[in-house]
Amino acid sequence: MLRSYEEINQKIREGKAVVVTAEEVIEMVKEKGLKEVARQVDVVTTGTFGIMCSSGAFLNIGHTKPRMKISEAYLNGVMAYCGLAAVDMYIGATQPAKDDPLNKVHPGEFRYGGGHVIQDLVAGKDVLLEAYAYGTDCYPRKKLVTWINLKDLNEAYLFNPRNAYQNYNVAVNLSDKTIYTYMGILLPRLGNAGYSSAGQLSPLLNDPFYRVIGVGTRIFLGGGVGYVAWQGTQHNPSVERNERGVPKGGAGTLALIGDLKGMSAQWLWGVSVRGYGCSLAVGVGVPIPILDEETLYYCSVSDEEILAPVVDYSSAYPEGTGEVLGYVSYAQLRSGKIVIKGKEIPTFPLSSYQRAREIAQTLKRWIQEGNFELTRPVVNLPGVESGVRFKNLKERPVENYAGNLKG
Amino acid sequence: MTVSRKIVLHFPAQVADRPIVCDLALRFGLAFNILRASISPHREGIMVMEIIGEGANQEKGLQYLREQGVLIESLSQDIRKNDERCINCGACVGVCPTSALFIEKPSFEVRFDGTRCIACEMCIMACPTFAMEALI
Repeated sequence: MLRSYEEINQKIREGKAVVVTAEEVIEMVKEKGLKEVARQVDVVTTGTFGIMCSSGAFLNIGHTKPRMKISEAYLNGVMAYCGLAAVDMYIGATQPAKDDPLNKVHPGEFRYGGGHVIQDLVAGKDVLLEAYAYGTDCYPRKKLVTWINLKDLNEAYLFNPRNAYQNYNVAVNLSDKTIYTYMGILLPRLGNAGYSSAGQLSPLLNDPFYRVIGVGTRIFLGGGVGYVAWQGTQHNPSVERNERGVPKGGAGTLALIGDLKGMSAQWLWGVSVRGYGCSLAVGVGVPIPILDEETLYYCSVSDEEILAPVVDYSSAYPEGTGEVLGYVSYAQLRSGKIVIKGKEIPTFPLSSYQRAREIAQTLKRWIQEGNFELTRPVVNLPGVESGVRFKNLKERPVENYAGNLKG
Repeated sequence: MTVSRKIVLHFPAQVADRPIVCDLALRFGLAFNILRASISPHREGIMVMEIIGEGANQEKGLQYLREQGVLIESLSQDIRKNDERCINCGACVGVCPTSALFIEKPSFEVRFDGTRCIACEMCIMACPTFAMEALI
């Protein structure tokens, strides 16, 4: 081992830590070699900025007089989940506004939803709360309409069950009509291809075996400080990997948590995806301590070495067939065109490489300025050896079901 | 010298039934390529077109259209990118048929070149932050 977390943090406190981004370190390793760079560099910073649907925020609005056990609440017309204690609620990024026409006129616009509420809260705007309750002896109040503001809430924290996907699909459309997906507008007959990972800057692609990123890792989240809370939902370490350990498709994920009050609307952006729904674009940056040469080897991975599967979103994806049309590298994707089935296809990103780079640079500055120390994971995320595998639902028919919950 | 430019024509209801655009070719020797055309319920019309021809002839042709009551605007004023709302994701780049929207390297910022825009408005559909705006 070259250095410990304690030694790195000591250097950070003294303002002596050598920090570079995951992009900068690639050239350094090419020039000077692994050994030399591992000796020099203490921390490598990563970043990603893209739409991360599994996002949301817990809010505690404070007690009313008389008290109220809220069972139904709307923030700027967007339903928040209230199956919690009296004045706690969770606003999910993809919840559409109550009066949204959805996809009744396809492809729907989805102008405002949970992601926009979160961005408005973080921006310091007043948000309209409309809440209802059935009334109890200890919580008699039944209705509440008020403005709320982030600064007045007791707690407001982002909790995102799934962020920072380790690699992801490249989406294309084999059908004869335009389709509107969460991977963007896909033109017919292989008219374009959308991709969504930050590639060589993406956190988990720089630590493919989760050696240093784990529960408790302190991170950049939405412009503020957050932590890795758990493995994300659909965490799937068992995906096939190449010789550099890079998974050849969506693999590990992170559940993240952080104080909304310290975040910024620049890095938590409510989005509207035509025909699909509302969501939230989230900025995430994770520092990687260079404990040994192996850590550096993994985080010097470049776009040429990261392959992503090309999937047809007109059939294979919605039907869940698992069919892959081929693999392309992030270097090819970023060049602006790939070749699939002998056809040259223009590519477009959905996550901002420019912003991923800005996050990695920002985190680098925080560490250099002594404002951000690194944490050792409390528990490692389930790795390849865990046997954890992503499963599809095994449907089991229910006979003689007399219920009628919907329709 | 033959030049090409893209313009937006706003037709008032009273001229919507007259073939005055044809006059650009017949009277002024201009070629034109209609990129988009629509007529509203009140019969005002909007046409986005590229006109190709000698600069002097273009001026005469446009003056003729103005005399017929047609309002003429440059296309670059009609589709705009609001940089404050742009998060440089690139979702627009995938649907832009003329590469008027593109990713600049090495900055990886999304740029808009209005002179290549044909106002198809696909970017407005694709943009997740409403950064692309149409004034037509």
